[in-house]
Amino acid sequence: MMRTGILLFPGINRERDMAIAVERSFGAAPRIVWHKETDLSGLDLVIIPGGFSFGDYLRCGAMAAQSPVMTAVRTHAARGGYVLGVCNGFQILTEAGLLPGALLRNAGLRFLSMDTLLKVERADTVFTSQYQKGEVFRAPMAHGDGNYAADPETLDRLEGEGLVAFRYAAENHNGSARAIAGIYSENHRILGLMPHPEDLVDPLMGGTDGKPLFDSLAAA
Amino acid sequence: MNKIVDAALAKSFGLNAEEYAKVLEIMGRLPSFTELGIFSVMWSEHCSYKSSKVWLKELPTTALWVIHGPGENAGVIDIGDGLAAIFKMESHNHPSFIEPYQGAATGVGGILRDVFTMGARPIANLNALRFGDPKLPVTKRVVDGVVRGIGGYGNCVGVPTVGGEVNFHPAYNGNPLVNAMTVGIARTDRIFLSAAAGIGNPVVYVGSKTGRDGIHGATMASTEFDANSAEKRPTVQVGDPFTEKLLIEACLELMQTDAIVAIQDMGAAGLTSSSVEMAGKGGVGIELTLDDVPQRETGMSAYEMMLSESQERMLLVIKPERSEIARAIIEKWDLDYAIIGKITDTGRIIIKHKGVVEADIPLAPLSDAAPLYHRPFVETPKPAALGPTEDPIGLAAGLLKLLACPDIASRSWIWDQYDSTVGGQTVKRPGAADAAIVRLEGTNRALALTTDCTPRYCAADAEAGGAQAVAEAWRNITATGGKPLAVTDNMNFGNPEKPEIMGQFAAAIKGMAAACIALDFPVVSGNVSLYNETEGKGILPTPAIGAVGVIEDASKAMGIALQAGLQLVVIGKTYGQLGQSLWLREVLGMEAGAPPSVDLKAERRNGDFVRGQILEGKVAACHDASDGGLLVAIAEMALAGNVGPSLNTLRSHDFWFGEDQARYVLAVPDAAALLAAAEAASVPAEHIGSAAGDSLTLPGGISISLPALRDAHEGFFRKWFA
Repeated sequence: MMRTGILLFPGINRERDMAIAVERSFGAAPRIVWHKETDLSGLDLVIIPGGFSFGDYLRCGAMAAQSPVMTAVRTHAARGGYVLGVCNGFQILTEAGLLPGALLRNAGLRFLSMDTLLKVERADTVFTSQYQKGEVFRAPMAHGDGNYAADPETLDRLEGEGLVAFRYAAENHNGSARAIAGIYSENHRILGLMPHPEDLVDPLMGGTDGKPLFDSLAAA
Repeated sequence: MNKIVDAALAKSFGLNAEEYAKVLEIMGRLPSFTELGIFSVMWSEHCSYKSSKVWLKELPTTALWVIHGPGENAGVIDIGDGLAAIFKMESHNHPSFIEPYQGAATGVGGILRDVFTMGARPIANLNALRFGDPKLPVTKRVVDGVVRGIGGYGNCVGVPTVGGEVNFHPAYNGNPLVNAMTVGIARTDRIFLSAAAGIGNPVVYVGSKTGRDGIHGATMASTEFDANSAEKRPTVQVGDPFTEKLLIEACLELMQTDAIVAIQDMGAAGLTSSSVEMAGKGGVGIELTLDDVPQRETGMSAYEMMLSESQERMLLVIKPERSEIARAIIEKWDLDYAIIGKITDTGRIIIKHKGVVEADIPLAPLSDAAPLYHRPFVETPKPAALGPTEDPIGLAAGLLKLLACPDIASRSWIWDQYDSTVGGQTVKRPGAADAAIVRLEGTNRALALTTDCTPRYCAADAEAGGAQAVAEAWRNITATGGKPLAVTDNMNFGNPEKPEIMGQFAAAIKGMAAACIALDFPVVSGNVSLYNETEGKGILPTPAIGAVGVIEDASKAMGIALQAGLQLVVIGKTYGQLGQSLWLREVLGMEAGAPPSVDLKAERRNGDFVRGQILEGKVAACHDASDGGLLVAIAEMALAGNVGPSLNTLRSHDFWFGEDQARYVLAVPDAAALLAAAEAASVPAEHIGSAAGDSLTLPGGISISLPALRDAHEGFFRKWFA
């Protein structure tokens, strides 16, 4: 089982949701890692959850990307460790240069909180083995800055090299380039996505569409 | 800045001649500028409840499950499993008109602090909003700003906004209402109170630095508006939800230790009210040295620091031997921690700044001698019942018109801007059920939460309207299978110095009290907002009710979505009362007649029956019939489940659009069994249709497709903000 840590920056607010989802699939509670820690050597999987790190009063994720723990995240990534960034976590990973592109204000310039449909682009990664390729699943989104943007060359490369993880399958509410909802790093060991699979892992909350993502990690 | 203290200055601070004379008597000398400022905010309507207190006493506040009723920062009830729900609703009306975004945002921030200051982790936010005529450009600006402000603050602090209500009426043109409610959870043996104790204990300031924002905000909230109110923008505070989030986490972490003796947030009247109330409740004295207050601006006077309403600040009394542990926790969260004074045995509040005693006031008379008014009141005569009406447009056109009207139109444009899922415990999101359902993490238990009021009923008959607001809140919780436990009230009224306004207030309290007693639904916290008038025109009387219920097994929580194959049964008697109904207003253009009668015995009997059926697993969907009546309720169920109902009973418009109370529409697999159970319980019940196709078929055969219904329902907000 992957030894898992959830990073906690000031202003992060979905760490509890993430811990619940991880524990539900993994059977063990993750470690909560304060942003001033500098050693992640005992971890296989580092998760950066959603929220408003440092208030996101600067560009979303820009302040958190400079926190002490991010040096350790880079080391972790460089040695092939797994990283999952959701929502603000995705924004932090782009700001830290661990994933390409940027997340801009939603096209309609409003915060969007609603269920969205995601299409699984490939089911052969450590994050998606429990989905089918082309499968469409539901996930809540809750963000003001989820409009994925990158230059055309980068977008072509992401598509050409199979680095698009998820696309918005129905409506592309936030206006993301090529309806991209999530992307991988080149080694497919880092995943960033805007919607929240961790909030749909319990039938009581309206479904378990997000659970296969955590089951995939648990099975790895 | 220190002006000459006299009756004229006191008047500009909001104290009348009689009140100023009382200040002179208490002090036995001319008060200092700072002292006069302290008296004026403590004796403002907002802080002293001087016009409303005599009436609020009429409300029932106790029950076996009530742990703390009114008087603490928020109400506390026992919800089982050793847990307490801590909740309150509070208005931020005046600031939200002057500066909608910040007014609404700081309203959310303030009510959150009232709840977590008692040791509770906030798990849900709700709101109750009233805006003016949607045709006015200013209304659009206010709606947009308020919705963005509520979302901007709530989304960032990570507390899901799960419910609320919105009405529009020209009476709110110059005076919108923004009432925000927070619900939190604590262990029943870990509840923190505000009464200071321990002579010599340090008084600690935690949170944001103090600036010059919001000075005299509490006084502003205690006067009417006029054309120059925009000039009051400097009295509006600016919110910082990130700091609030840090403050929540820091306080909850600190509360895990035994360092705290007492804690209170700095809300209205900031440092003044928190220090005066903490020392006053503890029967001790307090001495503050303002030089040690963390300050955002230079050159602030004692007066400015004592009256600032800078946000995201808390005042604590700490055990001296635990001070460094407390400091380490607070500073871990990058917040200021400053010892700014101590608890004394003098019974006085002493304020020192730059070596000068700026204020020295005896605490007992400051609160005990606060003005208390038995204001004259006249009750508005109750309107005659509405006579018979003709339906000029037919059921189908009437239904579409109602679904599209601002008071019924889908609110999804609003709630789509509020994070309703953060926390991972939201069982029923906005629109999915009559009350929001939020599970308590780590348990099977859930809370059912709602806010309700029908101001047009209150304007016609404040007593019936007050009772109806409580009854509807009780019904909305019942319709989810929840057991209603207690309420918080937010009394929004006009100028209490006008006898007819006090008459509305008194009548609303009378109706609320009767309903609370009949339904075992005590009031445990609340807030009064008076002087909601602009240019002498008052709002509709709006006693907004926020309510909390509990469901022991969250998986039994009932939603409104219709499913194919179910039978529709209406529970409760339909008289067809159209007085003050939305059909009357939207179709005939009349606001007339008496509001629907409130029969509290029927309310209780019908509700207890419905809840029992839900908990026994006999019901698949349940929705109360309220605004717009039966047909609107059925259409809302159809849209939620995307299944078309077919109605089988030929009746006239008053049956379908009357707003009779104590009614529910149930969707069940077995109508005969439900009718038999209802008869055995002496509850009126009638089978009115079934769910099958992809359109709503009216009795007689006219049908409306679901997309047409949806276009009508979704259209208003989408077009308005397209």
